[in-house]
Order: sequence, then structure tokens, then C-alpha cells
Amino acid sequence: MVNPKIYHTLGLSDAEYKKILSILKREPTSTELAMFSVEWSEHCGYPRSRNWLRLLPKEGKYKALVGEDSGGILVDDLAIIFKMESHNHPSQIEPKQGAATGVGGIIRDIFTAGARPIASLNSLRFGPLSESYNRYLLKGVVDGIQFYGNCLGVPTVGGEIYFDDSYSGNCLVNAMSIGIADKKKLARARASGRGNAIMYVGSSTGRDGIGGCSILASNEFGEGEEKRPAVQIGDPFTEKCLIESTLEALATGHVVGIKDMGAAGLTCATSEMASAEDSGIEIELQLVPRREENMEPWEVMMSESQERMLVCIKKGKEKDIEKIFQKWDLNAVVIGKVTDDDMVRVKDNGKVVAEMKAHALTKAPVYNMPYEKPKYLDKLNRLNQKSIPKPKDYNKVLLKLLGSPSICSKRWVYEQYDHMVQANTVVLPGSDAAVLRLKETDKGVAATTDCNSRYCYLSPYRGAQIAVAEAARNLVCSGAQPAAVTDCLNFGNPEKKERFWYFKNCVEGIVYACKFFNIPVVSGNVSFYNESSRGTIFPTPAIGMIGIIEDTRKISRQHFKGEGDIIALLGICKDELGGSEYLKKVHKLIKGNAPDLDLKLEKAVQSAVLKAIGEGLINSAHDCSEGGLAVALAECCISDQKNMTGAVIDNIDFNIREDALLFGESQSRIIVSCSRKDIGKISDIAKRYDAPFQVIGKTGGKELKILKGNKELISLPLTELLQKWGSALEALVSK
Amino acid sequence: MKFGVVVFPGSNCDQDCHYVIEEVLKKPVKYIWHKDTKLDGFDCLILPGGFSYGDYLRTGAIARFSPIMKSIIDFASKGKAVLGICNGFQILLEAGLLPGAMLRNKDIHFICKYVYVNTENNRTRFTSTYKKNQVLKIPIAHNEGNYYIDEKGFEELERNNQIIFRYCNRQGEINEESNPNGALDNIAGIMNKEGNVLGMMPHPERSSEPELGSTDGRLIFESIVNWLKEK
Amino acid sequence: MIKAEIYITLKKTLADPQGLAIKHALDSLGYDTVNDVRTGKLITVELNLKDRKEAEKKIDDMCKKLLANPIIEDYKFQIKGEK
Repeated sequence: MVNPKIYHTLGLSDAEYKKILSILKREPTSTELAMFSVEWSEHCGYPRSRNWLRLLPKEGKYKALVGEDSGGILVDDLAIIFKMESHNHPSQIEPKQGAATGVGGIIRDIFTAGARPIASLNSLRFGPLSESYNRYLLKGVVDGIQFYGNCLGVPTVGGEIYFDDSYSGNCLVNAMSIGIADKKKLARARASGRGNAIMYVGSSTGRDGIGGCSILASNEFGEGEEKRPAVQIGDPFTEKCLIESTLEALATGHVVGIKDMGAAGLTCATSEMASAEDSGIEIELQLVPRREENMEPWEVMMSESQERMLVCIKKGKEKDIEKIFQKWDLNAVVIGKVTDDDMVRVKDNGKVVAEMKAHALTKAPVYNMPYEKPKYLDKLNRLNQKSIPKPKDYNKVLLKLLGSPSICSKRWVYEQYDHMVQANTVVLPGSDAAVLRLKETDKGVAATTDCNSRYCYLSPYRGAQIAVAEAARNLVCSGAQPAAVTDCLNFGNPEKKERFWYFKNCVEGIVYACKFFNIPVVSGNVSFYNESSRGTIFPTPAIGMIGIIEDTRKISRQHFKGEGDIIALLGICKDELGGSEYLKKVHKLIKGNAPDLDLKLEKAVQSAVLKAIGEGLINSAHDCSEGGLAVALAECCISDQKNMTGAVIDNIDFNIREDALLFGESQSRIIVSCSRKDIGKISDIAKRYDAPFQVIGKTGGKELKILKGNKELISLPLTELLQKWGSALEALVSK
Repeated sequence: MKFGVVVFPGSNCDQDCHYVIEEVLKKPVKYIWHKDTKLDGFDCLILPGGFSYGDYLRTGAIARFSPIMKSIIDFASKGKAVLGICNGFQILLEAGLLPGAMLRNKDIHFICKYVYVNTENNRTRFTSTYKKNQVLKIPIAHNEGNYYIDEKGFEELERNNQIIFRYCNRQGEINEESNPNGALDNIAGIMNKEGNVLGMMPHPERSSEPELGSTDGRLIFESIVNWLKEK
Repeated sequence: MIKAEIYITLKKTLADPQGLAIKHALDSLGYDTVNDVRTGKLITVELNLKDRKEAEKKIDDMCKKLLANPIIEDYKFQIKGEK
């Protein structure tokens, strides 16, 4: 009888252990127990989230590719493969290597699909920078991303960084990557064909991250962090060699299937490759290259050593493939073969140490988690706006918001990332979305990550819809048609009813918004248990979205282009302050509801702007988000730091509170600028799409002035705006 | 004429260089694997940017012993053109084909951004299409761009007009503010005494097409093409 | 089996920005008696040799050829016993 303490430590419940007994019809060996524990863990098996993830739409304008480690869409003859994944817990402990291995892992998912990685983005969240550990985390994570991504030669072109108290004790590092492939040359993560070879490629196996998967992903951080796991060290040079050699190997046509060994290492790769084609796999552990001595079979099966892959090769072609990997000085060893008995059979020196049906491992139990709306939420949502005093000096408020870490310029971060390698980056970091050209076509792909988790905390269903809407809006502002989503769903402990209520509602919000925009969710990741003794994170369903640009000559950036242009606003400014950065930073309140979202209005505004950009009428387009209209206008003026352009906004016609007008975060608003001669055409387009439209001012001068009637609400020199916004982050980090 | 782009394990910008020469300049170009040793038929070699051998030990230190390097040293001794960009420049320094060495950027961080460089010497086969003191907008992306050479070496560089590019501002002023990495005397690119080997930290292959933000880098490749035509 | 410990440091005349950053960090942690910080590398090499003198020569060669860049780095090493 296996001691319950053992399987409890591995993260298996009594019920799960019973299930294993009934599957095997005998007691499991230690290797088998370890394999079940990692495959059935939250990270690999999604037992608690699978029921809800099924609801995510898989159809859209472009044909969607779903169901493997990564997903994507087909655009003409190209497949655009992309995915976002979390590496939260390791980064909280060792930020540099945690973030680095997060980047490494997601990029492996891309090139094992047969796609050359062309860009990375990341969505990061930390606690306030006033705490030294959070400064350490930010610096470490950025260092890890640049260390790994720059060496790989994959440009890191965009992302977002947010700061909030709820992330102290639990930072979030969500890494996204995009790759392209000829649609006829995609690779699958499968093993098939009796007698075909199973080859191990890449770095040797050590004791890295043992139990990282099941132990980390299924538990919150305890006070003493006794479960500090072995942290994995990334080797981007080996991965770069893996990228080149893998793409070369795939081009031979001799590779039946390939899979990255990520979370749960060999266990995951063997079981999932076998399961995908109803095949079996048999491997001999003594053939696995190791870098540590005396490793037990379960250690080899659970190891999360980085930069390794499993390849299924046509019988007889093993030497050809070996030669390619050896050319790049990589380990390439046949360690097993494909069988036709549906079993995963692990031998150690000829002796069977694990044997079970592949499907038993990959079909983790599914749980219907109970959920309950938090009792505090109704009260929290009641904001008596009338009781919020209006500030006397709006200039001071604008400067404060521009200098707040979630809003200020992130240049200190992205200048540490090589964002130009591969010579495809047409819109560099610092605009609403990154744009990459697709060489040999006229087309481009735009990418962004978005999520305002404060909105999701106040109203998960609406907040998640807003994340989708905002991502689409950002893509539209660059001239791209929103095309597909990858999501990284970060939440607290799913066994707590209130946390799971947030998860359920966020997923439903994503489903609703994606269906409305006809955008599929092609890939994604769930990260639960993001909480510590300090509390739980805000619900954070990060949305990574890509869009297609038909002609990269017709794109747009967020900054004003020069003097004498007309500035117009599409959308409506509503009298709402709930959930705003202004309310938090100035009035110290997180209260009210997420801003109103009318998807029809959102679509109308987006369609009008996209059409106008496509007709070459737009000089700049920027959406309103955190900090509202005033912050967005300031960004339009100063984000091209060497060519700043002032603005006078004197025609804004909404009868609402002044602070709501300036800093409220009403959704579905885009600021555009254009030449005087084009304003009529843009106005016509807006009318055609039923998008509310008004001219609000013009560019020019060296100041940002916003007037309501005769009253000057904002009047600040651009140099002062830039000084606050441009250097805030570096100053905060250097304390 | 035939260009060769050398590929070391870890090179990243080989495909970008190849693309500019083949698709933008429309000239013949081939990849050369670092284990090859034959360089017959090539007229100009490019050592591209990247992280050869992960920059492990020292940037360029291990690549410098790749089998191809003996042939490249021989190629250079015959007076043929060699262009080292970023990591390529670092490898040429380690191999002794160019004098001096690279240190870590003064601010320790990797820096990726557009900078301006001043054309100090336009009477070379690499810079003949530029005007003297022409200010170029070309991006940098590196961890170790802090060029160093001892006093004696520096005097020799100046005496022989071997300093080809210096970091400057948009107006062409060479000062501390326009120096992104602490390089001695704002040095961004140098040539050997014989005038056939150039090393530069900025990436001309990233500034050869208008949609990428600048075409100032293309003129380096065009200068080489012109020189090869006239030979 | 002979083990060599090789220390590689930047030449004293060169600025060490990493050392400086570490000094600032120590300062901010309250170690205000730190005058200077310099960083370097420790490389350990195990040689399949028995003769100490032969090992010293080989290690010296390795340092000169690959492990240290004589333009910017100094090196020194210790041979630690035979196993």
C-alpha cells in the first residue's frame, strides 16, 4: 500500500490515487506515480479549467489551427503560429532565470510546430516599486527576457507592464511568441507508425525543476517557502542551435512528429505524442543523456531540464536526422520506438519501470469547481461619484498619472530588448501595437497584449470583454484587422469558490467578446494558485492578439506627425470614473464598476478607423485607455520623443464632470489626427459606420492645452510632460 | 562578384545581411558555414551580428577559433574585403584582424536603439558613397560595444585615419551625450591599416530599407559593390 | 588528476561598471565602509595529468590563447593538488 503522504506530496488527492489504482488494476510504481502526478497537474492536465476552456470559440475570418501545443491561423499560404504562456511562480523566486526559461519554453512551442519564431511579447505584472523586492523582480525579469531573447535573435517587440498591490508576493510573467511557416510544412506533436524511432535531442537531463510542475502549479507560496524547487537555468545558445537544426530537420520530410519537453519533461512528451495518434511509445532511460549521476527513473521522467525535444522519425532515417543535430553540436540519440499497443512503456536498463495506457495519462480527471460571487463585490461596485471631490489643479493630476509606473514610458525596458533583429519590425515598441512585415508579401502582422485586471476585479465578465476589445482596438490603431487570440489566464486558488467565480466569469467574457468580433482563441494557458499569505492577485486574463495588415505601406502609429493637423475623437466620453487609474492614484480608491462597454459602438469605432487608415487618410491613431483622454493626448504629443508635437484641444463637447472628461476611462474611444484636407472624408466614413465623431482640436505649438469652453483645464509644456513620463520608470527602479 | 555571409553557431543577423545583398542590392551571396575552409570565388566576406557561442567566455572569443577563421585571415591578408558587424566586429578584434578590444557597455545594460554616427573617413572602399562628416541614422543592439585600445594603439588609429565612424548626435556633434556605450572617443567603427577590413557596431543591414526607418546603412553595401565593380 | 583554478580580471587601469554597480548596491544596503569593488571570473579546469609543472605550462598556454584577452584582462592561477 503506497503511503498517502507520498502521493499527497506529489499533489495527488486520495480520489485521484484511487482512480490510478482502478486504471492500472494494481499499485503504481514510484515512476508511474510521478508520471500521473505531473500529467494530471493543473499545468499539464487542466483538470479544473478544461470544462470552461471548451467554450472558447475556434472560428473566425481566417482558418484557425487549434489543438496542439501552440495554435494559429492561415493567411494565404502562410501559417502564423502563436501562443502565450505563464512562468509566474519560478519568476517570483528567481526572476532572471524564471523569465528566461519562460521565454525559452514558449519559443520552443513555436518552432516545434515548424514555424520560425519572428517576434516575442510579454505581459508583466508586479507589486508597487516602493518595495525593494518588487524592484528586484522587475529588474531581474527584464534581464531574463533580454538575456534569453536577444541571444536567440528573436526580437521582443511589445507587451505591457502593470503594477498593483495585489501582485506583491506573486508577480506575473506571461511570455508570448509568434512564428511563421509555409502552411504545407507545419509539424505535429505526434508519434505514429510502428517501428518508427523516438529520438531525444538537445541538452542533457539533470534534476532541474523536479516536481516544479505538480508541486508549484498546484500550490500557493507558503510562508517559509519550504517547497523552493530546483530552478531551471536557461541556455539560449543551445536553443538557438535547436531552432536552426530543428527547422533543417523538418525540411527533410523524415520527421513524423516533434514535441518540446517543457513542463513535465519526458513524461509529457511521450504520453502526449503517443496519445495524439492512438499510438504507443517505448523508451529506455539508460539511453537518455544525463548531466548528473545516479538519477532515479522517476527523476529522469519528471526532469524539466531546458532545451530538449522529442522527435519521431521515419524508420531508417535516424542517421540522416542525427547528422543534422550533430552538425550543430547537439545531443541526438534514439532512445526508443513507436509501438501499436497504445501504451507508454518506460524501461530502465531493460526492466519496465512504468507502463500504462497513454490516454490514461493525458486524459486527466475533469473537475467541476464550485463558484460563488464574492460578498464584497456589490458594495465595492457602488461608487457615489458625487462624493468624489474634483481636483483644483488638473495639470498636477495629469503629471501624476503620466509619472505613475503603469502609465509611464517603458523605454527603459524595451531598449534592453533587441527589437530589430530579423529586420522585420516596422512599428517599433512605444506605439499601440508592434507591426512586423511579412517578407516577400505586402502584408504585415500586428501584435499586442492587453488586460486591465482592475476592471476584471470589479467586474470580471465585463473586464474580460474589455481586454479583448482593447486588444482589438490597439491593433486597429496600427492599421490591422484583428484576427486571433491567445490567452494566458492568471488567477488565484481555484479551490476557493470566490476565485473560481472570477475565472468562470472572465472566460465567459472572453467567449462573448471573441464571438462578437468573430475571432478564434487558438491557443493559451491557465495559471492558477497565484496567491500567497499576502493575498491573491487581481483576476488577470491576459489577451494576446494578432491582426493582419493587408499592405504595410498603410499603417499607423500613435504619435502626432506635425503642425497643423486636425485632431478628432471617435467615440463617446461618459460620466464614469469607476476602476480608473485616476480614482486609484488621486483618490486612493479601487471602486465602482469597470467602464461601460457597448460592443456595437466598439465595432463601429474600430471599423471606421480601420477603413480610414486603409484609405491613407490617417496621420496618427491612438486609443484611450488608462488615464483617459488627457493621458492619451499627452502620449500622442510626446511619444515620438525626438519630434514632439503640441496640441490645442478646444472643441470637446461632452457635458460631464471635468475630471471624468479628462481622466475617465470610457471605452471604445480612438483619437486620430489627419491633414485638414482629409477630415471631411474621415467624417463621412465615421457616419457610414455609425461611429460617433467630432473634431476636437489641432496639432501645433510646444504645449498640450485642453479647454472646456473658455476654461483651460490642461496647459503644460511638452518638455515637462516628457520629463515626467519619459524618466519615471528608470527613476523608480534605481532607488 | 560574390558576397559570403559567415554563419557561426549563434549568429543571428546572417539572414538579414543575406537578404539585403540578395533582395535589396540584387547581388549574388552565399552562406558560409563556420566549419568550411574554402573561400574560393568570394570577393567580400561579411561576419554578421549575433551571439556566436552564446557570447560565452567573452564575446567572439570562441568563434575566433572556428575553422573558417584561418581562411578568413588568409583572405584578408590578400587584401580582400571583410566587413564585421557587431558580433562580427567583436570576432575580428579577438582574431587580431582589427586592433583593440570590446568591453561591456558603460551602463551594463544591453542597448537597442537608433543612433547617429559621423562618417569620419569616406575615402575607403566601405564608405565611398558617403560624404565626409555625413551623419547616418543606423541602429545599435549590443551588450559589449565599449571599444577600447591603449594610448599607443589609439594614436596609430588616428594617424592612419582608421577611425571610420564615431557616435554623434543628429547635428553631427561628437560628445559624451551622444555616446551610447562609453566607447573610447565615441568610436563606432574602425578599419585596419591596409584598408580592407572594417568593423562596426551599428547594424547597416537593419537600415537598408525605408520601411524599417532608415536607408543610411545601405550605402556601405553599395560602396563595396562600387569598389568591386571598379576592380 | 590535477585541478587548476584560474582567476581572470579586468586590467586595473580599466573601469569596471559591474563592480561599480555592485558597490552602489552595497552602499544602499548600508555597507558604507566599502571602498571599491572589482569583478572577475573563476574558471576551474580539471586536467588528466600527473606532472605539476606540465600542468602549469598547459594552463598558462590556455590562458594566453583563449581564456584571457591580454588587451583587457589579467590572469593568475593556482594548481590544486593531484587527486
